[in-house]
Amino acid sequence: MSELEIQASATGRSPGGPSGRVGRLRIGRLRVTVVELAAVLVALLLLTAAVAPRLLAPGDPLAIDPLAAFGAPSWAHWFGTDESGRDIYTRVIDGAGDSLLIGLTATVIGLVLGAVLGTVAGTLGAAVDFTVNRFLEVLFAFPGLLLALLFILVFGPGPGSAIVAVGLSTAPGYARIIRAQLLRVRSAAFVEAATVQGLGRRRILTRHILPNTLAPLLVLGTLGVGQAIVWAAALSYLGLGAQPPAAEWGAMLSAGRTYITSSWWMSFFPGLFIVLTAVCATALGRAIEKRMRHA
Amino acid sequence: MFVLWAVATVTFFAVRLIPGDPAEAILGGPGSQTSPEALAAVRAEYGLDQPLLVQYLQQLGRLATGDLGRSYALNMDVGPLVLSQLGGTLLLAVLSLTVAWLIALLLATWSTGRGRLAAQIGSGLEIVAAALPHFWLATTLIVVFSVWAGVLPPISTADARGLVLPVATLAIPLAGFLGQVMRESLAAALESPFVLSARARGESESGVLWRHALRHAALPAISLSGWAFGSLISGAVVVETIFARPGLGRTLLNAVTVRDVPVVVGVVMVVALAYILMTVLTDLASRLADPRPTANGNGALS
Repeated sequence: MSELEIQASATGRSPGGPSGRVGRLRIGRLRVTVVELAAVLVALLLLTAAVAPRLLAPGDPLAIDPLAAFGAPSWAHWFGTDESGRDIYTRVIDGAGDSLLIGLTATVIGLVLGAVLGTVAGTLGAAVDFTVNRFLEVLFAFPGLLLALLFILVFGPGPGSAIVAVGLSTAPGYARIIRAQLLRVRSAAFVEAATVQGLGRRRILTRHILPNTLAPLLVLGTLGVGQAIVWAAALSYLGLGAQPPAAEWGAMLSAGRTYITSSWWMSFFPGLFIVLTAVCATALGRAIEKRMRHA
Repeated sequence: MFVLWAVATVTFFAVRLIPGDPAEAILGGPGSQTSPEALAAVRAEYGLDQPLLVQYLQQLGRLATGDLGRSYALNMDVGPLVLSQLGGTLLLAVLSLTVAWLIALLLATWSTGRGRLAAQIGSGLEIVAAALPHFWLATTLIVVFSVWAGVLPPISTADARGLVLPVATLAIPLAGFLGQVMRESLAAALESPFVLSARARGESESGVLWRHALRHAALPAISLSGWAFGSLISGAVVVETIFARPGLGRTLLNAVTVRDVPVVVGVVMVVALAYILMTVLTDLASRLADPRPTANGNGALS
């Protein structure tokens, strides 16, 4: 049941017909909301920027022009220029690749670690489950960025360790969700049916339980990319991840911090793209989740 | 207790993985010219010449008595240092949590029962708010309120005005998260039989909302508050750095940057302790708020 239907029945009004709804479009047989359509378009734009930045911004992201330094946003420089006269728009577009790649890699690391831990806990018996659960509890006691900071303390700052650090700090959350899902699937009717049919343990696990457990990973991953990008950018911002003059969004923000009182555009636009990416990832994750639930 | 011990163990051995000689770090990093005698003296002073197991047990013993060791870089004991910074960060976290709760409550109750446009606006606002990174929100707030409007100080001062921007920075994204959760459970609660029976008794729509549905709706958000508190502490790292506000977060970041191991360990231990306490508190709070009878003795959340 969608939020809208709940709204309608809660207030005692009858829901409008599917075609009469505000903010809904039909494309062929697919029904999408305006928000979902916008999210897909933004995602395509960001992916284009990541794969072929020159298509959207033909200039050189490192080309300096001291005469045009600290330029406010204008027709020539949509997002303004930085302290060396580099075009911010070009750099933001150019940074999409790095920023998305960092977010994706960190999410994949977190998901794989989480999936392994969660599956191990959920399948190898009570003793293992107990141990893994205590282990996860300990990791949860390092909230948010703390685990990442500890990791960076040990392995030193830099883009590589920032990625691993973010992946590592998201893993406990994923592990917990995957374990819960595994336990839910294991007690489902279709698993019982397979057991009654006399299928082997291994077959039930690989053919029935695991596919149904890992399906939500797609949703988790999409929702997680936004979070990972924000965290990685936060580390860069604190000077522990990618370093300026790299055109990574967090590093750009960090560089712009010095000039915040005079040139707000230096930090505003890279940050705007981080927000855009995170919102877009959340909207897409929600959309996928909704469709999987109905399927 | 177990978690604290495990946190101490994990941090102790993690710190041992750091390449380089800790004695050199104490004397100013690998770049400094240090004599062998000075190194040996420092090793003896900090107990670094003992076998690893002895060091580990000594560390545990010190922690058990509340001694967090001595900072490498600041030449002061970690315990007093952490304590002096703790207050500011706790104030920030508690204020932000309260403000976030207020915003989330207002948004969820305002947009529920007002048709779908209000619901869409509400959930849209929440999604965007939840996606706002602290560092960007903080700089944007500074630009708008300090540079353009000039009404609030960009650097956190000791008075109340200096707290507004840091608290807003931490509270707005959190309100987005809490609001999403509250809206979903509010909608679910309004569908449930007990709301129907309240309506049948002739309870007004706002009475149903405030007296019956909200308690149910608040439960998941309350149990999230433990997590939220943790995220606030980690957000404090960023916010305290930006607003130049003294606190645990900034101390931690400085310590990580100069690899001041005892300070990092000390801050992490204190945060872990605060986090565990907060989890216990939210457990208690959700049991108090839960209107369902506790037939099985533990009032389990579904």
